Amino acid sequence: MAKEKKRKAAEEAVDGDDYIEREDKKPKKQKLILASQIKNKEKRSAVYAKLKHEKRVEKRKKIKARDAASKQALELGEEPPEKMVPRTIENTRELDETVCRPDDEELFAGNDADEFSAVLKQQTAPKVLITTCRFNSSRGPAFIKELLSVIPNAQYYKRGTYELKKIVEYAKNKEFTSIIVVHTNRREPDALLLIGLPDGPTAHFRLSNLVLRKDIKNHGNPTSHEPELVLNNFTTRLGHRVGRMIQSLFPQVPNFRGRRVVTFHNQRDFIFFRHHRYVFEVKEKKEGLKDKKSKASQGKTEKKAIARLQECGPRFTLKLVSLQHGTFDTKGGEFEWVHKADMDTSRRRFFI
Amino acid sequence: MQNDDVIWDIIRHHHCSYMAKIQTGNFCRNPYNVTGICNRSSCPLANSRYATIRDHDGIFYLYMKTIERAHMPNKLWERVKLPKNYMKALEIIDKHLEYWPKLLVHKIKQRLTKMTQYRIRMVKLSKKVREKIMTVPRKEVKRESRREEKALRAAQIENVIEKELLERLNKGVYPDICNYDEEIFNKLLDKNKEEEQEEEEEEAEVEYVEGDYELEEELEDDIEDMGDFLKANNFDDIEGDEDDLEEQPTRKKVKKASVSYPLKQDDGTEKVRRKDKKVIVEVERDEDIGNRQHNVM
Repeated sequence: MAKEKKRKAAEEAVDGDDYIEREDKKPKKQKLILASQIKNKEKRSAVYAKLKHEKRVEKRKKIKARDAASKQALELGEEPPEKMVPRTIENTRELDETVCRPDDEELFAGNDADEFSAVLKQQTAPKVLITTCRFNSSRGPAFIKELLSVIPNAQYYKRGTYELKKIVEYAKNKEFTSIIVVHTNRREPDALLLIGLPDGPTAHFRLSNLVLRKDIKNHGNPTSHEPELVLNNFTTRLGHRVGRMIQSLFPQVPNFRGRRVVTFHNQRDFIFFRHHRYVFEVKEKKEGLKDKKSKASQGKTEKKAIARLQECGPRFTLKLVSLQHGTFDTKGGEFEWVHKADMDTSRRRFFI
Repeated sequence: MQNDDVIWDIIRHHHCSYMAKIQTGNFCRNPYNVTGICNRSSCPLANSRYATIRDHDGIFYLYMKTIERAHMPNKLWERVKLPKNYMKALEIIDKHLEYWPKLLVHKIKQRLTKMTQYRIRMVKLSKKVREKIMTVPRKEVKRESRREEKALRAAQIENVIEKELLERLNKGVYPDICNYDEEIFNKLLDKNKEEEQEEEEEEAEVEYVEGDYELEEELEDDIEDMGDFLKANNFDDIEGDEDDLEEQPTRKKVKKASVSYPLKQDDGTEKVRRKDKKVIVEVERDEDIGNRQHNVM
């Protein structure tokens, strides 16, 4: 405090022109003591609590003002002031030129010519071979059992010590359309290898956050009807390709009576897998609750249709590690996309 | 002067830096040792005439040391390249070590055998496909798990799925899904065709009747039971009575029943069955019902 006073005195003596400015600055300099600079804990916490309270009050005032303004605008029949949209990572995602556009001719042509078109156009029924890595343990078999119940027309073969390339040949001979290899590491399923046949692309996913059916509360039991597929947010070219690959695992004619839906939801390059049974219901919603004071429009019930979900089956997340052009060949294959550490540097850049 | 015995004495009883003592015996770490055991006859330092086979990049070399070169450590070991063919290598060994002690030659041939065998095994193994274990730095693992959590929270999966399903319902993707309320059902039909509006009003009337229906149900219970009981004996009387008493409302009830029968499968199956019986009894409105169902499809 003494030093500040001296400084004040010095400044007063020096300049006449900047006098007014300095005067304004001086009281600010005196008042600005951060709550974190107070050494006494009780006093410090009291000051901080007061600060927080003030901030909260201010925030509430702002919100109220905003709401009142919009309400007023509505009542007057004018346009309400623009609603503020919070900034999210999805909003501020880096511009990606490979995002598929709905009118892209090239994309559709590509789709016709790609490896999955046979299955997706229902010329062949999908037939899936599930196997594991050489050493399978603990949660692996349980997970595979559940996968078998999710994917219709899937078969499990024990791995033995066969080389993967030999397995691919074997599957080709038996006319499978895709192979799924579940890889276990430290007694937990760790990675999923999706090989399309014949000469389909090979996608290597990292598996995480696996929750088995028995660990889900109030889980449902899936039936054997063909499920419906929901593929969300596969926007870029790469995403589109991966989406089609996943689509080719399932039969293209879902049985709606079974009311089973399998979802692959892509968010920030993580593909979340969910398996639900759904039911449509009617929910009564009372309109005009807010105008309790106005006697009109009371007891007006509006019925809305809602969908209710019951989760059944496993729950896991996938992250694409690499996509290779032909069937499994790590040494000589041509990789379309490989995840490199370089790609993680920006928080707003996603590839699928 | 080289005196092997003295050297051996010193090495064995005092200290040899190549000696490794294990539970099962003494081993020699000297790379020029033929057998690998710390022995008077196998020690390369304590034998002035000695030979070994060593492996360099998959090629075997025969190394020989003689007492004439003992004073020139730089030029001590003479090296001969051995061919990959086992038999030819044996011949070459025989040629070079012709006048050497038999024990040493024997040991060298044994070593050659062992080395060829493990060379074959190594080549086989390298051709086999093995999984390579790659480690991921912990920082990356943690980063990924953090990002995954945040992505999960941002995704709001259940809401998105529900929205998607409702959208599909509204688009009419589901032709024969059968478990939603008929009023919503009607709304959907409204959106497509206006003809349904008239029937909707009739439906409203049916709703009004519904209350009576519930009351009558209790009566029906008894009547039905009686009906069942009497079916065993007499067929016509009571059923006829039922028809007369409840003809008017049943007509519409039947209509409603026919519509809701396929829809409300889950709750009150007993009710459904009763309605079913009603449908069978009343024949009049069948055509309309049939029509209606076609419209629905």
